[in-house]
Amino acid sequence: MTPSAVRSLLFIVAFLAAMALLPAFIRSEFWLTFLILALYTASLGQAWNVLGGFGGQYSFGHAMFFGVGAYAAAVLQVRFGINPWVTLGAAFVLGGATGAMVGALTFRYGLKGSYFALVTLAFAEVFRVLANTFEFTGAGVGMMIKLAPGAANFQFVAKTGFYFTILSIVAAGLMVAWWLKHSRFGAWLTAVRENEDAARALGVDVFRVKLGAITLSGAMMATGGVFYVQMFQYIDPPLAFGAGISVEALLVAIVGGMGSIFGPLIGAFTLALVNHTTTELIGRAPALSMALYGLLLIVMVTFLPNGLIGGLASLARRLGLRQRSGGDE
Amino acid sequence: MSDAVPPILEVRGLQKSFGGLRAVDDVTLAVPGGSLTALIGPNGAGKTTLFALVSGFITPDAGTVAFAGRQIAGLPAHLVCRAGMTRTFQIVQPFAGQTVLENIAVGAHLHRVRQADAQAHARAVAARVGLADQLDKRADSLPIAGRKRLELARALATDPRLLLLDEVMAGLNPSEIAEIIPIIRSIRDGGVTILLIEHVMQAVVNLAEHVWVLSYGRLIAEGSPAAITTDAQVIEAYLGHGAAARMQAMQVAQ
Amino acid sequence: MLEPQILWPALLNGLTMGAIYALIALGLTLVYGVLHIINFAHGSLLMLGLYAVFFLFKFWKVDPYVALLALVPGMFALGYALQRLVIGRGSHGKDENILLVTLGLSIIIENLALHFFGSETRQIETAYSSAMVNIAGASLTVPRVAASAGALTCCAILWLIMARTDLGRAIRAIAKERQGARLVGIDVEHIFAMSFGIGLACLGAAACFLLPAFYVSPQVGHTFVLVAFTVVVLGGMGSFVGSLVGGFAVGVVESFGGLMLGESLGQIGVFVIFIAVLLFRPSGLFGHKV
Repeated sequence: MTPSAVRSLLFIVAFLAAMALLPAFIRSEFWLTFLILALYTASLGQAWNVLGGFGGQYSFGHAMFFGVGAYAAAVLQVRFGINPWVTLGAAFVLGGATGAMVGALTFRYGLKGSYFALVTLAFAEVFRVLANTFEFTGAGVGMMIKLAPGAANFQFVAKTGFYFTILSIVAAGLMVAWWLKHSRFGAWLTAVRENEDAARALGVDVFRVKLGAITLSGAMMATGGVFYVQMFQYIDPPLAFGAGISVEALLVAIVGGMGSIFGPLIGAFTLALVNHTTTELIGRAPALSMALYGLLLIVMVTFLPNGLIGGLASLARRLGLRQRSGGDE
Repeated sequence: MSDAVPPILEVRGLQKSFGGLRAVDDVTLAVPGGSLTALIGPNGAGKTTLFALVSGFITPDAGTVAFAGRQIAGLPAHLVCRAGMTRTFQIVQPFAGQTVLENIAVGAHLHRVRQADAQAHARAVAARVGLADQLDKRADSLPIAGRKRLELARALATDPRLLLLDEVMAGLNPSEIAEIIPIIRSIRDGGVTILLIEHVMQAVVNLAEHVWVLSYGRLIAEGSPAAITTDAQVIEAYLGHGAAARMQAMQVAQ
Repeated sequence: MLEPQILWPALLNGLTMGAIYALIALGLTLVYGVLHIINFAHGSLLMLGLYAVFFLFKFWKVDPYVALLALVPGMFALGYALQRLVIGRGSHGKDENILLVTLGLSIIIENLALHFFGSETRQIETAYSSAMVNIAGASLTVPRVAASAGALTCCAILWLIMARTDLGRAIRAIAKERQGARLVGIDVEHIFAMSFGIGLACLGAAACFLLPAFYVSPQVGHTFVLVAFTVVVLGGMGSFVGSLVGGFAVGVVESFGGLMLGESLGQIGVFVIFIAVLLFRPSGLFGHKV
């Protein structure tokens, strides 16, 4: 490992250790839920980040992977009585398979940029219509999973159970992002994002690299869907495949900083705080929070294309530069 | 050319049309292993198209390309590169948001899985092309001469047997050209065969051992740089119809 | 099972809806053809127009067709301002960024509508709302027929603007050759904003024609945005004739899809067309390669 890989790994471990100790100090159920939901959003953002941030392929339809995961969990439990922990694995595989299928189609035919974004959105809509139509998936009514509290059933009585589960998912996401930063596959993926022709000239199999990224991203996104179903015990087509989840996933990655390890986490906590603050100031108005998210998206893309992490880094550079030049004088 | 050295690249009857235009028209040439050769021609002669055909970026309409004895026409670009032939781009294509080291490491990763190995190789290659002190700079912050070297370094980092360099000297001033010429020579001396494309004839005259001249998609002349610069057809291709006759007339008059 | 007495009304239904789709898609394809940007907020802006028509009717009893006089210039001004002040600034030279900016815009518009107007579906009741006409045995509501006639008239007017006016010539010049247009002294930023304005003016007209035959809710933009994109890619990005043909085609497919596959699964037809066209024939039926 290179020294910088070791450094960033140590940083990730320290962060996770701190997060693992956090519940010991938090007595309020409210703040624990706040942390759980922020981490859950971060996990969605990290999944999007693998394809959109590192790979530069902006998906507008990541809800399709989320929904595949959520429905895999619900259907396997309700129709087949399979243990939810097992469905987590199944969802991971199915999410990856969905990613591979969509990727094989879109990337084979060279869809890029805005067209890729729109096609993923259309795929998510196809899934929504299918889930909305068939009795097998509960059609428009959606699916409720049976209440069976207990850690063995992925239905924790104490909130800390959900906290440590989602923290583990986030930890896995951080490790994936770290691996992308410090591996050959990651180097190739970033090269593809920056310039496909140049990557191809250097021996990079652009199609396979993109396919790998969307498969991984889809699998990660699907685990978020399982977590959602276990936490709220209910899923329906607009919740699973609607634009809301797709927007949430891309928003936290863009606000925090695309293509960075901690970007989705920073974005998720920023948005959670924004949401909390608006609720405190003007009462519960989820639509206004969402409108604010939209504004944030425009502001970020226009003024801070590298997200909060990029903004902080360039601020630090500017301050550092001033110090150095001050020292020179 | 002498037949003593077996060709590393052998192009036969290569053809490519865009619409009605024959961009590359029945081109046949053989590049000897270990040589430093050049392909020249006026703007729009089809040089870059020929590179794109040979390196797998576009598929030829007809003709064959053999690299190190293996047929590669129609092979996708990344596999051509894996086979040992790497091209650069006339319009430099850096991975803009990444550092110089990261850029070169992408090439180095081709035959090195671990990041540490790839970066070590990238540093070594950077030193060879004179980018050793720029490793942490962002690629898009380099001036044009730096970007040309980066383009060269990235390609070199893939450990190619044959390098196709597309106008590495275009856009450089004379002193920058003077700096890059020994670098190109040293790469060849390190065992890499080099085929250059140049628009400016002067740049290749004291670098290449053998020159092909392309005009309107056809090879119109080949030979040593000295022979090429006095070839009537070549002069006409560059300076226009009748130019050779006028020059001859001027010489006779003197 | 598919008797003519079922098929004929379904066809007419599809064609009348298709005319509206064509008008909505014309705005989108104009913006794409000139600015080469994909306006994701197109559906939400249509929703905004529909609410404007609704409230004009509710509070001041302005007939939706009279509201054309306010909506067309109003939406035009909004479009001009949006392009100049918001959208033009966020691109950083990448199409995807514009898509993200207009996505942000659509999120804002949709959620502000949700907050202030509530999530319920609203309709207006005019004297002619439930009047029917009979066309060769098929009954259609008067607003529906008026909507398609109005939409086709607007398409014709837009075509005249593009073909016969200086503005139209400047727009076409920029669509073809941006740098060249700049060199001959065309104010490119101004024409960009004008194009965006005209695109939204189409939406304003569409809203006036649509509301008497349709409804409005904050989510209605979502219904239309992918349909509009489908029409545009099917016809070929930037192609006028393509938008018309594409609009009719999508309207008919939707109508027959609902008839044959049922109301829920019938929606799938449009999305499948969209995906298939982008994958297998990205240039559409009448356009150039994307």
